[in-house]
Amino acid sequence: MKKQEAKYILFILPAILVTASVVVIPGINTIYSSFTSWNGFSSDKNFIGLTNYMSLFQDKYFWIALKNNIIWLALFLTIPVLIGMVGALLLLNRRRGRNLLQMTLLIPYVLAPVVNAMIWKNIIYSPTSGIIGFINSLNLGFTIGNPLISKSYGLIAVAAVDIWHFWSYLMIIYLAALRQVPGDQVEAATVDGATYFQRFRYVYFPNIRPTVSLMTIMIIIFSFLAFDYVQLMTQGGPAHYTELLSTLAYSFAFSERKLGMASAVSMIMSFFGLIASFIYMKLSKKEERE
Amino acid sequence: MKNRKYAIVIQWIIIAILIFAVLFPLYLVIINAFKEHADIVLNPISFPGSLYFDNFVKAWRTGSFTTGFLNSLRLVIVAAAIVLIVSSFAGYALGMKRFKGKGLVLSYFLLIMTIPVQLFLFPLYGIFAKLNLIGNIYAVAYVIAAINMPLAIMLMRTFFIGVPLQLEESAKLDGANTRQVLFKIVFPCVKPGFITVAVIVILNAWNEYLISSTFLQGEKNFTATLGYLSLNGGAVTFDQGMKMAGALMIVAPILLFFLSMQRYVVDGLTAGSVKE
Repeated sequence: MKKQEAKYILFILPAILVTASVVVIPGINTIYSSFTSWNGFSSDKNFIGLTNYMSLFQDKYFWIALKNNIIWLALFLTIPVLIGMVGALLLLNRRRGRNLLQMTLLIPYVLAPVVNAMIWKNIIYSPTSGIIGFINSLNLGFTIGNPLISKSYGLIAVAAVDIWHFWSYLMIIYLAALRQVPGDQVEAATVDGATYFQRFRYVYFPNIRPTVSLMTIMIIIFSFLAFDYVQLMTQGGPAHYTELLSTLAYSFAFSERKLGMASAVSMIMSFFGLIASFIYMKLSKKEERE
Repeated sequence: MKNRKYAIVIQWIIIAILIFAVLFPLYLVIINAFKEHADIVLNPISFPGSLYFDNFVKAWRTGSFTTGFLNSLRLVIVAAAIVLIVSSFAGYALGMKRFKGKGLVLSYFLLIMTIPVQLFLFPLYGIFAKLNLIGNIYAVAYVIAAINMPLAIMLMRTFFIGVPLQLEESAKLDGANTRQVLFKIVFPCVKPGFITVAVIVILNAWNEYLISSTFLQGEKNFTATLGYLSLNGGAVTFDQGMKMAGALMIVAPILLFFLSMQRYVVDGLTAGSVKE
Protein backbone atom coordinates (compact mmCIF):
# COMPACT_ATOMS: atom_id res chain seq x y z
CA MET A 1 0.00 0.00 0.00
CA LYS A 2 2.89 2.35 0.81
CA LYS A 3 4.29 1.78 -2.65
CA GLN A 4 0.90 2.51 -4.20
CA GLU A 5 0.64 5.78 -2.28
CA ALA A 6 4.07 6.85 -3.48
CA LYS A 7 2.88 6.23 -7.03
CA TYR A 8 -0.05 8.61 -6.65
CA ILE A 9 2.25 11.34 -5.38
CA LEU A 10 4.26 10.76 -8.54
CA PHE A 11 1.11 11.40 -10.59
CA ILE A 12 0.69 14.76 -8.91
CA LEU A 13 4.33 15.77 -8.86
CA PRO A 14 4.48 17.25 -12.41
CA ALA A 15 1.51 19.51 -11.63
CA ILE A 16 3.21 20.69 -8.45
CA LEU A 17 6.51 21.31 -10.25
CA VAL A 18 4.90 23.28 -13.10
CA THR A 19 2.88 25.51 -10.78
CA ALA A 20 5.70 25.92 -8.28
CA SER A 21 8.19 27.01 -10.93
CA VAL A 22 5.88 29.65 -12.38
CA VAL A 23 3.75 30.75 -9.45
CA VAL A 24 5.27 29.87 -6.09
CA ILE A 25 8.99 30.54 -6.51
CA PRO A 26 8.64 33.86 -8.39
CA GLY A 27 5.81 34.74 -6.00
CA ILE A 28 8.07 34.37 -2.98
CA ASN A 29 10.64 36.38 -4.90
CA THR A 30 8.11 39.22 -5.24
CA ILE A 31 7.43 39.20 -1.51
CA TYR A 32 11.15 39.55 -0.82
CA SER A 33 11.75 42.06 -3.63
CA SER A 34 9.16 44.42 -2.20
CA PHE A 35 11.58 45.02 0.69
CA THR A 36 14.56 45.69 -1.58
CA SER A 37 15.81 48.35 -3.97
CA TRP A 38 16.10 45.84 -6.83
CA ASN A 39 16.22 47.49 -10.28
CA GLY A 40 15.57 44.35 -12.30
CA PHE A 41 19.02 44.32 -13.94
CA SER A 42 21.57 43.77 -11.22
CA SER A 43 21.65 40.59 -9.24
CA ASP A 44 22.19 42.39 -5.93
CA LYS A 45 19.10 43.27 -4.01
CA ASN A 46 19.67 45.63 -1.12
CA PHE A 47 17.30 45.05 1.75
CA ILE A 48 15.71 48.39 2.57
CA GLY A 49 12.88 47.31 4.86
CA LEU A 50 9.61 49.13 4.45
CA THR A 51 11.06 52.01 2.41
CA ASN A 52 9.18 51.04 -0.77
CA TYR A 53 5.88 50.90 1.06
CA MET A 54 6.57 54.23 2.79
CA SER A 55 7.38 56.05 -0.42
CA LEU A 56 4.34 54.44 -2.04
CA PHE A 57 2.09 55.83 0.65
CA GLN A 58 3.50 59.27 -0.10
CA ASP A 59 3.01 58.87 -3.84
CA LYS A 60 -0.11 60.70 -4.96
CA TYR A 61 -0.49 58.44 -8.01
CA PHE A 62 -0.73 55.46 -5.70
CA TRP A 63 -3.73 57.03 -4.00
CA ILE A 64 -5.32 57.91 -7.36
CA ALA A 65 -4.84 54.30 -8.46
CA LEU A 66 -6.29 52.91 -5.25
CA LYS A 67 -9.28 55.24 -5.52
CA ASN A 68 -9.79 54.13 -9.12
CA ASN A 69 -9.68 50.48 -8.11
CA ILE A 70 -12.37 51.18 -5.53
CA ILE A 71 -14.51 52.96 -8.16
CA TRP A 72 -13.91 49.98 -10.45
CA LEU A 73 -15.02 47.63 -7.66
CA ALA A 74 -18.18 49.66 -7.01
CA LEU A 75 -19.07 49.64 -10.72
CA PHE A 76 -18.49 45.91 -11.07
CA LEU A 77 -20.35 44.96 -7.90
CA THR A 78 -23.47 46.69 -9.18
CA ILE A 79 -23.90 47.00 -12.94
CA PRO A 80 -22.84 43.56 -14.27
CA VAL A 81 -24.37 41.84 -11.24
CA LEU A 82 -27.70 43.53 -11.94
CA ILE A 83 -27.70 43.00 -15.70
CA GLY A 84 -26.39 39.45 -15.30
CA MET A 85 -29.14 38.57 -12.83
CA VAL A 86 -31.87 40.12 -14.99
CA GLY A 87 -30.53 38.24 -18.03
CA ALA A 88 -30.40 34.96 -16.11
CA LEU A 89 -33.96 35.33 -14.82
CA LEU A 90 -35.21 36.15 -18.32
CA LEU A 91 -33.52 33.11 -19.82
CA LEU A 92 -34.63 30.81 -17.00
CA ASN A 93 -38.28 30.79 -18.05
CA ARG A 94 -37.53 30.52 -21.72
CA ARG A 95 -37.16 26.92 -22.70
CA ARG A 96 -37.19 27.40 -26.42
CA GLY A 97 -34.31 29.48 -27.72
CA ARG A 98 -32.54 29.58 -24.38
CA ASN A 99 -29.36 28.06 -25.74
CA LEU A 100 -29.30 30.37 -28.73
CA LEU A 101 -29.83 33.45 -26.54
CA GLN A 102 -27.25 32.30 -24.03
CA MET A 103 -24.73 31.69 -26.79
CA THR A 104 -25.32 35.07 -28.42
CA LEU A 105 -25.04 36.99 -25.17
CA LEU A 106 -21.85 35.16 -24.22
CA ILE A 107 -19.97 36.27 -27.36
CA PRO A 108 -18.20 39.32 -25.88
CA TYR A 109 -16.92 37.18 -23.03
CA VAL A 110 -15.10 34.74 -25.31
CA LEU A 111 -13.46 37.44 -27.43
CA ALA A 112 -9.95 38.65 -26.62
CA PRO A 113 -9.70 41.78 -24.44
CA VAL A 114 -7.29 43.15 -27.05
CA VAL A 115 -9.97 42.95 -29.73
CA ASN A 116 -12.80 44.23 -27.53
CA ALA A 117 -10.74 47.18 -26.35
CA MET A 118 -9.64 48.16 -29.85
CA ILE A 119 -13.13 47.78 -31.33
CA TRP A 120 -14.58 50.17 -28.75
CA LYS A 121 -11.66 52.57 -28.90
CA ASN A 122 -11.81 52.83 -32.68
CA ILE A 123 -15.36 52.44 -33.87
CA ILE A 124 -17.35 53.63 -30.83
CA TYR A 125 -15.28 56.17 -28.89
CA SER A 126 -13.34 57.80 -31.72
CA PRO A 127 -14.54 61.37 -32.34
CA THR A 128 -13.29 61.26 -35.95
CA SER A 129 -14.37 57.88 -37.29
CA GLY A 130 -16.46 56.29 -34.55
CA ILE A 131 -20.04 56.43 -33.33
CA ILE A 132 -19.23 59.46 -31.19
CA GLY A 133 -17.96 61.28 -34.27
CA PHE A 134 -21.13 60.23 -36.10
CA ILE A 135 -23.36 61.59 -33.32
CA ASN A 136 -21.42 64.87 -33.38
CA SER A 137 -21.84 65.09 -37.16
CA LEU A 138 -25.62 65.06 -36.74
CA ASN A 139 -25.39 68.56 -35.21
CA LEU A 140 -27.69 67.87 -32.31
CA GLY A 141 -26.58 71.04 -30.57
CA PHE A 142 -23.93 69.40 -28.41
CA THR A 143 -20.61 67.73 -29.07
CA ILE A 144 -19.14 64.80 -27.22
CA GLY A 145 -15.40 64.55 -26.88
CA ASN A 146 -13.39 61.35 -26.83
CA PRO A 147 -14.37 59.87 -23.43
CA LEU A 148 -11.02 58.07 -23.16
CA ILE A 149 -9.13 61.35 -22.80
CA SER A 150 -11.63 62.81 -20.34
CA LYS A 151 -10.38 63.34 -16.82
CA SER A 152 -13.82 62.75 -15.35
CA TYR A 153 -15.22 59.96 -17.54
CA GLY A 154 -12.12 58.16 -18.75
CA LEU A 155 -12.21 55.44 -16.14
CA ILE A 156 -15.94 54.88 -16.56
CA ALA A 157 -15.55 54.70 -20.36
CA VAL A 158 -12.93 51.95 -19.96
CA ALA A 159 -14.94 50.13 -17.29
CA ALA A 160 -17.97 50.19 -19.61
CA VAL A 161 -16.07 48.12 -22.16
CA ASP A 162 -14.91 45.63 -19.54
CA ILE A 163 -18.49 45.39 -18.23
CA TRP A 164 -19.73 44.80 -21.79
CA HIS A 165 -17.19 41.97 -21.93
CA PHE A 166 -17.85 40.54 -18.47
CA TRP A 167 -21.56 40.70 -17.58
CA SER A 168 -22.66 37.64 -19.55
CA TYR A 169 -20.21 35.48 -17.61
CA LEU A 170 -22.17 36.33 -14.46
CA MET A 171 -25.40 35.63 -16.33
CA ILE A 172 -24.22 32.14 -17.27
CA ILE A 173 -23.20 31.37 -13.70
CA TYR A 174 -26.42 32.73 -12.20
CA LEU A 175 -28.49 30.88 -14.80
CA ALA A 176 -26.74 27.58 -14.03
CA ALA A 177 -27.45 28.12 -10.34
CA LEU A 178 -31.08 29.13 -10.91
CA ARG A 179 -31.70 26.04 -12.99
CA GLN A 180 -30.76 23.88 -10.01
CA VAL A 181 -33.40 25.38 -7.75
CA PRO A 182 -35.81 22.51 -6.93
CA GLY A 183 -38.89 22.80 -9.12
CA ASP A 184 -41.26 21.66 -6.38
CA GLN A 185 -40.27 24.63 -4.21
CA VAL A 186 -41.07 27.00 -7.05
CA GLU A 187 -44.36 25.26 -7.75
CA ALA A 188 -45.36 25.31 -4.10
CA ALA A 189 -44.73 29.04 -3.97
CA THR A 190 -46.74 29.58 -7.16
CA VAL A 191 -49.65 27.53 -5.81
CA ASP A 192 -49.55 29.65 -2.67
CA GLY A 193 -50.03 32.68 -4.88
CA ALA A 194 -46.55 34.18 -4.61
CA THR A 195 -45.83 36.98 -7.10
CA TYR A 196 -42.84 36.86 -9.39
CA PHE A 197 -40.87 39.11 -7.09
CA GLN A 198 -41.81 37.08 -4.02
CA ARG A 199 -40.73 33.89 -5.72
CA PHE A 200 -37.34 35.43 -6.42
CA ARG A 201 -37.00 36.83 -2.93
CA TYR A 202 -38.07 33.74 -0.98
CA VAL A 203 -37.39 30.76 -3.27
CA TYR A 204 -34.79 31.49 -5.91
CA PHE A 205 -32.49 33.86 -4.09
CA PRO A 206 -31.95 31.77 -0.91
CA ASN A 207 -31.15 28.79 -3.13
CA ILE A 208 -28.56 30.56 -5.26
CA ARG A 209 -27.06 32.64 -2.47
CA PRO A 210 -23.86 30.55 -2.19
CA THR A 211 -23.17 31.13 -5.89
CA VAL A 212 -23.97 34.83 -5.63
CA SER A 213 -21.58 35.28 -2.72
CA LEU A 214 -18.81 33.35 -4.44
CA MET A 215 -19.19 35.57 -7.50
CA THR A 216 -19.10 38.65 -5.28
CA ILE A 217 -15.82 37.53 -3.76
CA MET A 218 -14.45 36.85 -7.24
CA ILE A 219 -15.44 40.33 -8.41
CA ILE A 220 -13.64 41.84 -5.41
CA ILE A 221 -10.48 39.89 -6.23
CA PHE A 222 -10.60 40.74 -9.94
CA SER A 223 -11.36 44.40 -9.34
CA PHE A 224 -8.06 44.90 -7.55
CA LEU A 225 -6.22 43.06 -10.33
CA ALA A 226 -7.95 44.68 -13.33
CA PHE A 227 -5.35 45.51 -15.96
CA ASP A 228 -6.07 44.64 -19.60
CA TYR A 229 -8.65 47.22 -20.58
CA VAL A 230 -6.97 50.20 -18.94
CA GLN A 231 -3.56 49.25 -20.28
CA LEU A 232 -4.99 48.78 -23.76
CA MET A 233 -7.22 51.85 -23.94
CA THR A 234 -5.61 54.62 -21.89
CA GLN A 235 -2.42 53.24 -20.30
CA GLY A 236 -3.48 55.02 -17.15
CA GLY A 237 -3.73 58.39 -18.85
CA PRO A 238 -4.54 61.17 -19.32
CA ALA A 239 -2.12 62.33 -16.64
CA HIS A 240 -2.71 59.21 -14.47
CA TYR A 241 -6.45 59.87 -14.21
CA THR A 242 -7.32 56.28 -15.14
CA GLU A 243 -4.34 54.68 -13.37
CA LEU A 244 -5.07 51.41 -11.59
CA LEU A 245 -2.76 49.66 -9.12
CA SER A 246 -1.88 47.08 -11.79
CA THR A 247 -0.91 49.67 -14.43
CA LEU A 248 1.03 51.61 -11.81
CA ALA A 249 2.98 48.46 -10.89
CA TYR A 250 3.56 47.71 -14.56
CA SER A 251 5.05 51.12 -15.28
CA PHE A 252 7.18 50.95 -12.11
CA ALA A 253 8.56 47.65 -13.39
CA PHE A 254 8.99 48.25 -17.09
CA SER A 255 9.27 52.04 -17.56
CA GLU A 256 11.03 53.14 -14.41
CA ARG A 257 12.89 49.93 -13.63
CA LYS A 258 11.88 50.10 -9.98
CA LEU A 259 11.17 46.43 -9.40
CA GLY A 260 11.11 46.88 -5.64
CA MET A 261 8.35 49.46 -5.91
CA ALA A 262 6.46 47.37 -8.49
CA SER A 263 6.61 44.38 -6.13
CA ALA A 264 5.29 46.49 -3.27
CA VAL A 265 2.28 47.55 -5.38
CA SER A 266 1.71 43.90 -6.37
CA MET A 267 1.76 42.95 -2.71
CA ILE A 268 -0.88 45.52 -1.87
CA MET A 269 -3.11 44.44 -4.77
CA SER A 270 -2.80 40.82 -3.77
CA PHE A 271 -3.47 41.70 -0.16
CA PHE A 272 -7.01 42.84 -1.04
CA GLY A 273 -7.51 39.62 -2.99
CA LEU A 274 -6.12 37.61 -0.10
CA ILE A 275 -8.66 39.06 2.31
CA ALA A 276 -11.43 38.24 -0.19
CA SER A 277 -10.06 34.70 -0.73
CA PHE A 278 -9.93 34.20 3.01
CA ILE A 279 -13.59 35.09 3.30
CA TYR A 280 -14.31 32.83 0.30
CA MET A 281 -12.63 29.85 1.98
CA LYS A 282 -14.52 30.49 5.21
CA LEU A 283 -17.80 30.72 3.32
CA SER A 284 -17.32 27.53 1.31
CA LYS A 285 -16.16 25.61 4.39
CA LYS A 286 -19.27 26.72 6.22
CA GLU A 287 -21.49 25.71 3.33
CA GLU A 288 -19.89 22.30 3.06
CA ARG A 289 -20.70 21.65 6.68
CA GLU A 290 -24.33 22.62 6.21
CA MET B 1 -54.14 37.96 -18.12
CA LYS B 2 -53.51 41.36 -19.62
CA ASN B 3 -50.76 41.95 -17.04
CA ARG B 4 -49.08 38.76 -18.10
CA LYS B 5 -49.04 39.88 -21.70
CA TYR B 6 -47.41 43.17 -20.71
CA ALA B 7 -44.85 41.28 -18.67
CA ILE B 8 -43.91 39.14 -21.65
CA VAL B 9 -43.59 42.17 -23.91
CA ILE B 10 -41.34 43.91 -21.38
CA GLN B 11 -39.24 40.76 -21.03
CA TRP B 12 -38.69 40.60 -24.75
CA ILE B 13 -37.83 44.30 -24.91
CA ILE B 14 -35.11 43.79 -22.28
CA ILE B 15 -33.77 40.75 -24.13
CA ALA B 16 -33.74 42.74 -27.36
CA ILE B 17 -31.79 45.58 -25.70
CA LEU B 18 -29.22 43.12 -24.33
CA ILE B 19 -28.79 41.46 -27.70
CA PHE B 20 -28.45 44.82 -29.41
CA ALA B 21 -25.80 45.93 -26.89
CA VAL B 22 -23.84 42.73 -27.49
CA LEU B 23 -24.10 42.59 -31.26
CA PHE B 24 -24.02 46.26 -32.31
CA PRO B 25 -20.21 46.70 -31.88
CA LEU B 26 -19.68 43.47 -33.82
CA TYR B 27 -22.07 44.66 -36.54
CA LEU B 28 -19.95 47.80 -36.82
CA VAL B 29 -16.82 45.70 -37.22
CA ILE B 30 -18.34 43.60 -39.99
CA ILE B 31 -19.80 46.42 -42.09
CA ASN B 32 -16.82 48.74 -41.73
CA ALA B 33 -14.30 46.04 -42.56
CA PHE B 34 -15.55 46.35 -46.14
CA LYS B 35 -15.46 50.17 -46.33
CA GLU B 36 -12.75 52.68 -47.10
CA HIS B 37 -11.61 54.99 -44.34
CA ALA B 38 -13.26 58.06 -45.90
CA ASP B 39 -16.63 56.27 -46.09
CA ILE B 40 -16.39 55.27 -42.45
CA VAL B 41 -15.72 58.85 -41.40
CA LEU B 42 -18.82 59.92 -43.36
CA ASN B 43 -21.09 57.32 -41.80
CA PRO B 44 -19.89 54.43 -39.62
CA ILE B 45 -23.29 52.72 -39.34
CA SER B 46 -24.31 52.48 -42.99
CA PHE B 47 -23.98 49.36 -45.09
CA PRO B 48 -21.01 49.35 -47.45
CA GLY B 49 -21.93 50.55 -50.95
CA SER B 50 -19.48 48.19 -52.56
CA LEU B 51 -17.28 45.59 -50.93
CA TYR B 52 -13.73 46.85 -50.44
CA PHE B 53 -11.49 43.86 -49.81
CA ASP B 54 -8.16 45.72 -49.75
CA ASN B 55 -8.59 46.27 -46.01
CA PHE B 56 -8.10 42.58 -45.39
CA VAL B 57 -4.95 42.37 -47.47
CA LYS B 58 -3.52 45.49 -45.83
CA ALA B 59 -4.38 44.30 -42.33
CA TRP B 60 -2.98 40.83 -42.97
CA ARG B 61 0.33 42.29 -44.17
CA THR B 62 0.67 45.18 -41.72
CA GLY B 63 -0.22 43.04 -38.72
CA SER B 64 1.99 40.10 -39.87
CA PHE B 65 -1.01 37.81 -39.49
CA THR B 66 0.70 34.79 -41.05
CA THR B 67 3.32 34.82 -38.31
CA GLY B 68 0.70 35.75 -35.73
CA PHE B 69 -1.68 32.93 -36.49
CA LEU B 70 1.13 30.38 -36.61
CA ASN B 71 2.45 31.60 -33.27
CA SER B 72 -1.02 31.61 -31.73
CA LEU B 73 -1.56 28.05 -32.94
CA ARG B 74 1.75 26.97 -31.42
CA LEU B 75 0.83 28.72 -28.19
CA VAL B 76 -2.62 27.17 -27.78
CA ILE B 77 -1.55 23.67 -28.84
CA VAL B 78 1.46 23.51 -26.53
CA ALA B 79 -0.38 25.10 -23.60
CA ALA B 80 -3.38 22.78 -24.00
CA ALA B 81 -1.12 19.72 -24.38
CA ILE B 82 0.83 20.52 -21.21
CA VAL B 83 -2.34 21.17 -19.24
CA LEU B 84 -4.12 18.03 -20.48
CA ILE B 85 -1.23 15.67 -19.80
CA VAL B 86 -0.29 17.06 -16.42
CA SER B 87 -3.80 17.71 -15.09
CA SER B 88 -5.23 14.35 -16.13
CA PHE B 89 -2.80 12.37 -13.97
CA ALA B 90 -3.16 14.76 -11.07
CA GLY B 91 -6.94 14.82 -11.43
CA TYR B 92 -7.05 11.01 -11.49
CA ALA B 93 -5.02 10.64 -8.30
CA LEU B 94 -6.95 13.40 -6.53
CA GLY B 95 -10.34 12.21 -7.73
CA MET B 96 -10.17 8.43 -7.44
CA LYS B 97 -7.42 7.61 -4.96
CA ARG B 98 -6.84 7.95 -1.27
CA PHE B 99 -3.39 8.74 0.02
CA LYS B 100 -1.65 10.63 2.76
CA GLY B 101 -1.35 14.35 2.18
CA LYS B 102 -4.20 14.50 -0.34
CA GLY B 103 -5.94 17.25 1.61
CA LEU B 104 -2.72 19.22 1.67
CA VAL B 105 -2.26 18.88 -2.10
CA LEU B 106 -5.84 20.02 -2.72
CA SER B 107 -5.34 23.08 -0.53
CA TYR B 108 -2.12 23.82 -2.39
CA PHE B 109 -3.92 23.96 -5.74
CA LEU B 110 -6.76 26.03 -4.29
CA LEU B 111 -4.17 28.47 -2.96
CA ILE B 112 -2.36 28.64 -6.31
CA MET B 113 -5.67 29.38 -8.00
CA THR B 114 -6.07 32.54 -5.93
CA ILE B 115 -2.55 33.91 -6.51
CA PRO B 116 -2.76 36.72 -9.08
CA VAL B 117 -0.47 36.93 -12.10
CA GLN B 118 0.85 40.26 -10.85
CA LEU B 119 2.32 38.61 -7.78
CA PHE B 120 4.79 36.56 -9.80
CA LEU B 121 5.05 38.38 -13.13
CA PHE B 122 8.04 40.64 -12.46
CA PRO B 123 10.48 38.08 -10.99
CA LEU B 124 9.36 35.64 -13.66
CA TYR B 125 10.35 38.22 -16.26
CA GLY B 126 13.76 38.45 -14.60
CA ILE B 127 14.18 34.67 -14.73
CA PHE B 128 13.11 34.57 -18.39
CA ALA B 129 15.52 37.35 -19.28
CA LYS B 130 18.36 35.48 -17.61
CA LEU B 131 17.50 32.24 -19.40
CA ASN B 132 17.20 34.13 -22.70
CA LEU B 133 13.55 33.12 -23.06
CA ILE B 134 12.06 36.54 -23.82
CA GLY B 135 10.22 36.16 -27.13
CA ASN B 136 10.04 32.37 -26.81
CA ILE B 137 6.49 31.26 -27.59
CA TYR B 138 6.91 27.85 -25.91
CA ALA B 139 8.08 29.42 -22.68
CA VAL B 140 4.95 31.59 -22.71
CA ALA B 141 2.86 28.47 -23.40
CA TYR B 142 4.43 26.90 -20.30
CA VAL B 143 3.54 29.93 -18.16
CA ILE B 144 -0.04 30.02 -19.45
CA ALA B 145 -0.31 26.27 -18.87
CA ALA B 146 0.86 26.71 -15.28
CA ILE B 147 -1.70 29.44 -14.68
CA ASN B 148 -4.54 27.31 -16.05
CA MET B 149 -3.34 24.20 -14.23
CA PRO B 150 -5.14 24.48 -10.87
CA LEU B 151 -8.55 25.08 -12.48
CA ALA B 152 -7.92 22.25 -14.96
CA ILE B 153 -6.99 19.87 -12.14
CA MET B 154 -10.12 20.74 -10.18
CA LEU B 155 -12.23 20.25 -13.33
CA MET B 156 -10.61 16.93 -14.18
CA ARG B 157 -10.98 15.83 -10.59
CA THR B 158 -14.76 16.32 -10.63
CA PHE B 159 -14.95 14.24 -13.83
CA PHE B 160 -12.82 11.46 -12.28
CA ILE B 161 -14.95 11.45 -9.14
CA GLY B 162 -17.87 10.52 -11.41
CA VAL B 163 -16.14 7.35 -12.64
CA PRO B 164 -17.42 4.28 -10.73
CA LEU B 165 -14.62 2.69 -8.69
CA GLN B 166 -15.87 -0.84 -9.50
CA LEU B 167 -14.94 -0.28 -13.14
CA GLU B 168 -11.30 0.04 -12.22
CA GLU B 169 -11.38 -2.81 -9.73
CA SER B 170 -12.96 -5.30 -12.07
CA ALA B 171 -10.38 -4.45 -14.76
CA LYS B 172 -7.64 -5.07 -12.21
CA LEU B 173 -9.20 -8.42 -11.27
CA ASP B 174 -9.10 -9.31 -14.96
CA GLY B 175 -5.34 -8.80 -14.78
CA ALA B 176 -4.93 -5.33 -16.29
CA ASN B 177 -1.98 -3.31 -15.04
CA THR B 178 -2.13 0.34 -13.96
CA ARG B 179 -1.28 1.67 -17.37
CA GLN B 180 -3.92 -0.41 -19.11
CA VAL B 181 -6.51 0.56 -16.50
CA LEU B 182 -5.73 4.23 -17.00
CA PHE B 183 -5.56 4.41 -20.77
CA LYS B 184 -8.14 1.77 -21.71
CA ILE B 185 -10.74 2.15 -18.95
CA VAL B 186 -10.51 5.34 -16.89
CA PHE B 187 -9.37 8.01 -19.35
CA PRO B 188 -11.99 7.13 -21.98
CA CYS B 189 -14.66 7.60 -19.30
CA VAL B 190 -13.64 11.23 -18.74
CA LYS B 191 -13.43 12.24 -22.39
CA PRO B 192 -15.89 15.14 -21.88
CA GLY B 193 -13.54 16.36 -19.14
CA PHE B 194 -10.59 16.38 -21.53
CA ILE B 195 -12.60 18.32 -24.10
CA THR B 196 -13.87 20.85 -21.55
CA VAL B 197 -10.39 21.50 -20.18
CA ALA B 198 -8.92 21.77 -23.67
CA VAL B 199 -11.60 24.22 -24.79
CA ILE B 200 -11.14 26.47 -21.76
CA VAL B 201 -7.34 26.47 -22.04
CA ILE B 202 -7.46 27.16 -25.78
CA LEU B 203 -9.79 30.13 -25.25
CA ASN B 204 -7.67 31.49 -22.40
CA ALA B 205 -4.40 31.07 -24.27
CA TRP B 206 -5.73 32.56 -27.51
CA ASN B 207 -7.14 35.61 -25.72
CA GLU B 208 -4.33 36.13 -23.22
CA TYR B 209 -2.82 39.63 -23.11
CA LEU B 210 -0.82 40.47 -19.97
CA ILE B 211 1.69 37.62 -20.15
CA SER B 212 2.07 37.42 -23.92
CA SER B 213 2.52 41.18 -24.33
CA THR B 214 5.13 41.19 -21.57
CA PHE B 215 7.14 38.17 -22.70
CA LEU B 216 6.66 38.16 -26.46
CA GLN B 217 8.66 41.11 -27.66
CA GLY B 218 9.70 41.47 -31.29
CA GLU B 219 7.25 41.28 -34.17
CA LYS B 220 8.30 37.80 -35.27
CA ASN B 221 7.22 36.46 -31.89
CA PHE B 222 3.81 38.15 -31.83
CA THR B 223 0.62 36.14 -31.45
CA ALA B 224 -2.35 36.97 -33.69
CA THR B 225 -3.86 39.31 -31.10
CA LEU B 226 -0.55 41.12 -30.57
CA GLY B 227 -0.13 41.50 -34.34
CA TYR B 228 -3.63 42.92 -34.53
CA LEU B 229 -2.79 45.28 -31.68
CA SER B 230 0.19 46.57 -33.63
CA LEU B 231 -2.29 47.83 -36.27
CA ASN B 232 -3.58 50.24 -33.68
CA GLY B 233 -0.41 52.15 -32.95
CA GLY B 234 2.03 54.36 -34.79
CA ALA B 235 1.63 55.64 -38.32
CA VAL B 236 -1.14 53.29 -39.46
CA THR B 237 -3.55 54.40 -36.72
CA PHE B 238 -5.88 56.38 -38.96
CA ASP B 239 -6.98 53.59 -41.30
CA GLN B 240 -10.22 52.54 -39.64
CA GLY B 241 -11.28 50.11 -42.39
CA MET B 242 -8.05 48.17 -42.10
CA LYS B 243 -8.40 47.96 -38.32
CA MET B 244 -11.94 46.62 -38.61
CA ALA B 245 -10.84 44.05 -41.20
CA GLY B 246 -8.05 43.00 -38.84
CA ALA B 247 -10.50 42.70 -35.95
CA LEU B 248 -12.86 40.61 -38.06
CA MET B 249 -10.08 38.20 -39.02
CA ILE B 250 -9.10 37.79 -35.36
CA VAL B 251 -12.69 37.42 -34.16
CA ALA B 252 -13.93 34.99 -36.83
CA PRO B 253 -11.89 31.87 -35.93
CA ILE B 254 -12.43 32.15 -32.20
CA LEU B 255 -16.13 32.81 -32.75
CA LEU B 256 -16.46 29.68 -34.90
CA PHE B 257 -14.57 27.72 -32.28
CA PHE B 258 -16.88 29.02 -29.55
CA LEU B 259 -20.06 28.34 -31.52
CA SER B 260 -19.06 24.75 -32.24
CA MET B 261 -17.83 24.08 -28.70
CA GLN B 262 -20.48 26.14 -26.92
CA ARG B 263 -21.66 23.37 -24.59
CA TYR B 264 -18.13 22.70 -23.31
CA VAL B 265 -17.42 26.39 -22.85
CA VAL B 266 -20.51 26.81 -20.69
CA ASP B 267 -19.68 23.60 -18.76
CA GLY B 268 -16.13 24.77 -18.15
CA LEU B 269 -17.20 28.24 -17.05
CA THR B 270 -19.90 27.09 -14.67
CA ALA B 271 -18.10 24.11 -13.13
CA GLY B 272 -16.82 24.97 -9.71
CA SER B 273 -18.78 28.18 -9.43
CA VAL B 274 -22.13 26.48 -8.97
CA LYS B 275 -22.54 24.03 -6.14
CA GLU B 276 -24.36 20.93 -7.31
